[in-house]
Amino acid sequence: MRKFSWFNATSLTFGFAFLYLPMLILIIYSFNESRLVTVWAGFSTKWYGELFQNEAFLDAAWVTIKVAFWSSTLATILGTMAAYIMVRTGQFRGRGLFSGMIYAPLVMPEVITGLSLLLFFIAIGLDRGVITIVLAHTTFAMCYVSVVVTSRLVSFDQSLEEAALDLGCTPFDAFRSVTLPIIMPAVISGWLLAFTLSLDDLVIASFTSGPSSTTLPIKIFSAVRLGVTPEINALSTIMIGLVTIGVISASLVSRSMSIKARADERRAEQG
Amino acid sequence: MNWRARLLIFVPYAWLLVFFLVPFGIVLKISLSDIALAIPPYVPTMKDGFWTMITGLDLENYAFIGAGAVFATFALIVLAVGMFQILYPRVRRALIPDARYGIFDSAAVALTALAVAVVNIAVLVAVLSFLFPILSDFVNIPDFLYFAAYLSSLKIALISTFLTLLIGYPIAYGMARSAEHWRPTLLMLVILPFWTSFLIRVYAWMGILSTEGYLNQLLLNIGIISDPLVILNTNVAVYIGIVYTYLPFMVLPIYAALDKMDDSLVEAAEDLGCTTLSAFWLVTAPLSKPGVIAGCFLVFIPTLGEFVIPSLLGGSNTLMIGKVLWEEFFNNRDWPVASAVAVILLLILIIPIVLFQRNQQGDES
Repeated sequence: MRKFSWFNATSLTFGFAFLYLPMLILIIYSFNESRLVTVWAGFSTKWYGELFQNEAFLDAAWVTIKVAFWSSTLATILGTMAAYIMVRTGQFRGRGLFSGMIYAPLVMPEVITGLSLLLFFIAIGLDRGVITIVLAHTTFAMCYVSVVVTSRLVSFDQSLEEAALDLGCTPFDAFRSVTLPIIMPAVISGWLLAFTLSLDDLVIASFTSGPSSTTLPIKIFSAVRLGVTPEINALSTIMIGLVTIGVISASLVSRSMSIKARADERRAEQG
Repeated sequence: MNWRARLLIFVPYAWLLVFFLVPFGIVLKISLSDIALAIPPYVPTMKDGFWTMITGLDLENYAFIGAGAVFATFALIVLAVGMFQILYPRVRRALIPDARYGIFDSAAVALTALAVAVVNIAVLVAVLSFLFPILSDFVNIPDFLYFAAYLSSLKIALISTFLTLLIGYPIAYGMARSAEHWRPTLLMLVILPFWTSFLIRVYAWMGILSTEGYLNQLLLNIGIISDPLVILNTNVAVYIGIVYTYLPFMVLPIYAALDKMDDSLVEAAEDLGCTTLSAFWLVTAPLSKPGVIAGCFLVFIPTLGEFVIPSLLGGSNTLMIGKVLWEEFFNNRDWPVASAVAVILLLILIIPIVLFQRNQQGDES
């Protein structure tokens, strides 16, 4: 047992206060009666009511969820494939370029990715709309998925896969019945990560969206530029709440799944 | 290799080629084109025939944004860093003969090495400009806006990376030194903001930092200040925003490095007569270095092209290249110049990105 250290306790307290106070203030003031956002005038949920009557926000939210769902699903499929290639396939021509293309989008400034995709869509004559945003989000989210899945793929015992192949499985069957269940927690968290990345993205969506397909972040950004409003506070509170519930439940699910997977592995080793 | 494996490789490979690499080729091509009142707003295009298009390309936009000067500055900075790396061990050997050295010795060595590197480069630049006067044409800057924006982005990214390290390291340290059963919760608390919308986290500070904001109200009520502070729409607000939003990227790799570390090393150093501070400097700091480097890159690289934070928290005099690119594209509709700005930003980023990947691979092996 380590001895209690005042330095560590102080740095943790201040650190987490810094991380959480701004969001806490935002949440508290979303229940403020007054339109003047900095003056507290009593508890009220009226801004939430107004938010749900705002057609423009609801439409944008629907577009955002559609985009996030399709792009995260596509990104999970492509990202898992990419991770599998990077970990299991040996040397092939163009491997260096491939791994470069997987890692580069992780650190690429969004303005560059957005600009290049927009110019590409215009050059090939694809009309901007939901489809172009889905394509753009899939491209950068698949790289995040592949990083998450890669870390799980390298850590699990490859002999399980080889055993399945020796016992007469086709490579695809071996993947489906052995590998996929084991890496499932990573695939699910990859999907969730891709989903939230798509949900949050402003810059790439601004470049690749058309006039009829505004997403929620674009809507929020144009409202926020004019200043702080109680409706946006309410919307932010809802989004923070959803993410918090999502992340906590996802981590509980993935923890229980990985405990179960590990128990299965142990049983397989013994039996 | 059978056809199934080929197909497996082909699908994601083709996807990335089409949606990641080809678009960059198009950006490069448009950066060499001229602005035009047409749809799309640049010439020449493929419609003019392939050969006319190729011969119609020129470096005009790069000359306009002062790409030569940006490159010269950047080359000098890289040269200075390289020279510093070479000089540092030599200076250390010259100044401190034995292996025992503390924080202040390291600082003295670093300052000396830096001074020598800067003097060397100044001499080099003076000699070069004297020998080759033609170089002054190369670094000529027609419009100072872009050059200033690159420099100011670099400055803002460097300062905010340093500030993030300053705030993030104690948090990571405190987490790694906390009781075992607390760590998963603390880790979750650091990761949670990362999942929360970036835009909302930046927006949260607008209400705090504005002239009538919560911070000013608090300080006015306590009586620390008599006039409200102007923080929103200044560079200070940009620093706060960057440190706040990128903090998890700094904390997580440092925590990972510190968590792997064997605590008995520090105890051994203390048993052997080190003070807590020197044990930290001689044992913990070097062992957490890969995490610190990874964290710094993870903050520095995306910050350099940041758009949301300077446009919401910064003022009209906050110059950052991401914002300039955005305005060039959406407000001025000058696609060729926006593309040239993007290409130069990308070229500047290649070196830190390659260094980052090398650091990661070195860490894994």
